[in-house]
Amino acid sequence: MQLLNKKPESLLDVKMHYCPGCGHGIIHRLVAEVMDELGIRARTIGVAPVGCAVFADTYFNCDMIQGPHGRGPAEATGIKRAKPGTIVFSYQGDGDLASIGMAEIVHAAIRSENITVIFVNNAIYGMTGGQMAPTTLMGQKATTCVDGRNAKQAGYPIKMCEMLATVDGATYLERTTVHNAPGVLKTKASLKKAFQNQIDGKGFSMVEVLSMCPTNWGTRLDNPSEATKFVAEGMLPVFPLGVYKDAQRN
Amino acid sequence: MAEKKLMKGNEALSEGAIRAGCRFFAGYPITPQNEIPEYMSWRLPQVGGAFVQAESEVSAINMVYGAGATGVRCMTSSSSPGISLKQEGISYAAGADLPIFIGNVMRGGPGLGNIAGAQGDYWQATRGGGHGDYRTFVMAPNSVTEMANFPHKCFEVSFKYRLPSMVLADGILGQMMEPVEFKHPEIDPSTLTEPDWALGVNNNRAKRIVKSYDLKEGGVEIMVNERVKRYRQIEAAETIYEEKMLEDAEIALVAYGISARVCVAAMKLAREKGLKVGLFRPITLWPFPKARLVELSKKMKHFLVVEMSLGQMVEDVQLALNGRSQLHLYAKPGASVITADEIYKAMDNIVKKGAKEYAAAK
Repeated sequence: MQLLNKKPESLLDVKMHYCPGCGHGIIHRLVAEVMDELGIRARTIGVAPVGCAVFADTYFNCDMIQGPHGRGPAEATGIKRAKPGTIVFSYQGDGDLASIGMAEIVHAAIRSENITVIFVNNAIYGMTGGQMAPTTLMGQKATTCVDGRNAKQAGYPIKMCEMLATVDGATYLERTTVHNAPGVLKTKASLKKAFQNQIDGKGFSMVEVLSMCPTNWGTRLDNPSEATKFVAEGMLPVFPLGVYKDAQRN
Repeated sequence: MAEKKLMKGNEALSEGAIRAGCRFFAGYPITPQNEIPEYMSWRLPQVGGAFVQAESEVSAINMVYGAGATGVRCMTSSSSPGISLKQEGISYAAGADLPIFIGNVMRGGPGLGNIAGAQGDYWQATRGGGHGDYRTFVMAPNSVTEMANFPHKCFEVSFKYRLPSMVLADGILGQMMEPVEFKHPEIDPSTLTEPDWALGVNNNRAKRIVKSYDLKEGGVEIMVNERVKRYRQIEAAETIYEEKMLEDAEIALVAYGISARVCVAAMKLAREKGLKVGLFRPITLWPFPKARLVELSKKMKHFLVVEMSLGQMVEDVQLALNGRSQLHLYAKPGASVITADEIYKAMDNIVKKGAKEYAAAK
């Protein structure tokens, strides 16, 4: 018999806590496959966020650190500067990165910190139970905007790739999605580039991945296409996919 | 004798940290501690270390949290309002058992307060400061030479017992210049054994995790209780204090840091005028030298606590004395400097006029 596929070495064979239909499991696997393919597992340190991916420290098979909400890019900076021979990634959600950690992510980009950031955008606070996120769409319902987000009360969704593209220090910014198969394959290629940039010393790379949260969106758990439809029809027009920055650096 | 160098307190603290093996610093500008990040910015690269000017105190402490997780000796510094911002990261470092080092060059507060030297952060420093059950090892220097030498002890204790440590100085000590003697041999970090918890490059070992959480029922209780055992060891082995002329004293001044410096002058003045006065100076504020104060309280009639705050350390002294001696307080908040003459008058009031006790006055 021929082995066609196996679990990546960079991902431990443990039960994950993610809800049915959640995108984190897919994204974890893609990050792990990339670590395997680049042969960097033994020198990689991952930074787990506060939020649904807090337990990422137990899933990835590399050294991991878990710290305060939103401070991943600061922790990653300290690790990378103290141990320049390591490969450091920060895995963050939209509340973590685009709300409480806005200063940390922007300034890591400004310093062109040689790290890789995986930004999972599902337009909601997942772990805390479905509150409005900085990326929540106009009209989208959440537990802290029960009639849907309205501009007068809560402003507009933040577009991180577009904003960070204005920062000179940002090297590579791309927005991808995991709501369909082509998106998953594209996300893997983008993650690989974001890690390769770090190996090559090119500076700050971030991949924003649009992802599903059926539990807190209130879409049907027994019909995942409802959630993927929300990404396709709700999120994509607001958060267009593509490369927002790809700077040449030595 | 080692060569003496004329240095500013903030620079001495920085150089002392580097000689104690510090190779990473992240900080943010705030008066009166700016000489620390300034010094670190050019000095650390000379020894192969890294300096980052962070976008905020919050970010700086989290950079140190990350660097500390790799087992590198690392430091951040700030002054009172900035130390408040760092409390989140200090709590996480305590919860993750990381041996990071923090310098607090105190200024007047609360709020923006002012930029002069004060001692208003005693409670914050000795009670943990951030959320949750934890301690930090806190040393209070009273000279520029102690600013230079205390980082050595802080790193030693931090790494031995795995907890954050702090030098609690003030704007006067930070800004004043004195001849400095570095008393410890310089540490080359490459000669230190890498801790068995440090994150980094590995080829054969199992993965390591640095974290402060455990959501299992009873998980954090176990973590904290294990830490408490180390706290008890620190209390037994690492408590440091200084005594001056207490043998025949009827009044013991109790003061730390710059206040203790003024108390020495007040003590001399009082002795010249016939008052039998001595000085008890806690050097570690946590662990607080409680046991020694208990002993002293068995024969000492009066204790006069002197501090540049509204009266914070006095509560630790009160706990130690437990009513055995008369306790008095001379306190000045808001970064107003206490003079030797004022302290002398307070002592004179106690002896000649039977000034009210602290507890009664409260």
